[in-house]
Amino acid sequence: MMLTQDVWEVIWLSLKVTTSSVLIGMLAGIPFGAFLGLYSFPGKRLIVALIYTCMGLPPVLVGVIVYLLLSRYGPLGSFDLLFSAKAMIIAQVVLVTPIMAGLTMAAVHSKERAYWETAKSLGASPLQMMLTIIREARGGIWSGVAAAFGRAISEVGAVMLVGGNIEHHTRVMTTAIILETRTGNFAAGLQLGLVLLAISFLFNSFLMVGMMNQMKSRRR
Amino acid sequence: MKHLRIVTSFLMLSLFLLLSACSSQTPQQPSAAAPAPEKKEAKEITLATTTSTQDSGLLDYLLPIFEQQSAIKVKVVAVGTGQAIKLGEDGNADVLLVHARKSEDEFVAKGFGINAYDVMYNQFYIVGPADDPAGVKQVQTAKEAFGKIAEKKVTFISRGDDSGTDKKEKSIWTEAKIKPDNSWYLSSGQGMGETLQMTDEKKAYTLTDEATFLSRKLNLAVVMQGDKSLLNPYGIIQVKSSTKQEEGMKLIEFFTGAEGQKLIGQFGQKDYGKGLFVPNAKKR
Repeated sequence: MMLTQDVWEVIWLSLKVTTSSVLIGMLAGIPFGAFLGLYSFPGKRLIVALIYTCMGLPPVLVGVIVYLLLSRYGPLGSFDLLFSAKAMIIAQVVLVTPIMAGLTMAAVHSKERAYWETAKSLGASPLQMMLTIIREARGGIWSGVAAAFGRAISEVGAVMLVGGNIEHHTRVMTTAIILETRTGNFAAGLQLGLVLLAISFLFNSFLMVGMMNQMKSRRR
Repeated sequence: MKHLRIVTSFLMLSLFLLLSACSSQTPQQPSAAAPAPEKKEAKEITLATTTSTQDSGLLDYLLPIFEQQSAIKVKVVAVGTGQAIKLGEDGNADVLLVHARKSEDEFVAKGFGINAYDVMYNQFYIVGPADDPAGVKQVQTAKEAFGKIAEKKVTFISRGDDSGTDKKEKSIWTEAKIKPDNSWYLSSGQGMGETLQMTDEKKAYTLTDEATFLSRKLNLAVVMQGDKSLLNPYGIIQVKSSTKQEEGMKLIEFFTGAEGQKLIGQFGQKDYGKGLFVPNAKKR
């Protein structure tokens, strides 16, 4: 396999779908996780248990549910979203949001005592306090982002079901690997797998550099 | 010196014991001793086949009968024809049951396969939305049908997985001298079942094998059938590098023999009102 235009297209779509779903997952999961980490209210335990359960949601199950929702005969069929990149993003958002929320919650919770009182005594509003604590807990939150990214980019069951692996439309790296394997092109499948691994490595390296810088600045 | 004598006599003694053990066992089971170990070693063979034979239920129906008669277990690996043939080339399967005549002939010509037989055939259908937006029902041949679809630019979904069905579809496009345009021609890269599902969802057309189509309940209609170019012959081939020649041949004999052929012809009659496959065993 050479890095032909088709292969670049597949890699590019993988990155697009994954980063979109991780960004949306961050927007939804971080504030929600932070809220859960800071406040207690009745029924919180149940929600926490649910989030932890959803962190391990089987992708194929998410795939089937999103498929049924988006199907032409399903409740959201009129939007014509099935077998599109948008459908893949929806499925991945469902997968990564609990991961973001759960890990943010854990990170915020561990910082809560140390900073809550200080921020409050300095006269911070609830929103400011939340932002302060999110900033202080960013190491843990970044590891949540890394976990979410790794989960999303290597995921195959859900994107295969709702995306359909359509060439030039919804074919991403993982589904391309499945196809190459099924047609007997093991070499091409393996090479795509290595590209996938390299991308994960690069992404996690960036995160690591960011976290290292943060640790250094804190020491000063 | 003394040491050596002790060791030697010990060795002699153990040799004697070993020999006597052997000779005392042999007469106990004189007839069963020879064929029994052979059977135990090679009781299992691998059949690489296409998804259509498994998804249609044909193998679930035939193989238990074979296994009972021959005491040979058949492990089925159901993949696309492309991969099935690759499995044969790499020696990971003992027998192939596939439907892509050109690739099958190449497989045999390259020296990977021996004892190739025709087994059965069924038909391909062109299926699409019941209201037939491309007007495929007005034409007579598969070639013309594809022409209509291309002309009206109605979505067509290709399996694009190098399977037998996929190869057939590609050959019809070539025959019709049409180069499908990416704007309406989608390559799903998946099996027949998934592709049919997608075709239904997208109100598109596709080429499907009869068996998979009939075993699915979808809102798709057959818009073209019966054209000669839509025949779908299946072949069974033995892998030359297989270490289980005898067992593999037994399976081939079962599929192409009188009983197997009769069973193939009957398969599906109860559920669909007609057989899903037409037996036509012949050595190539």
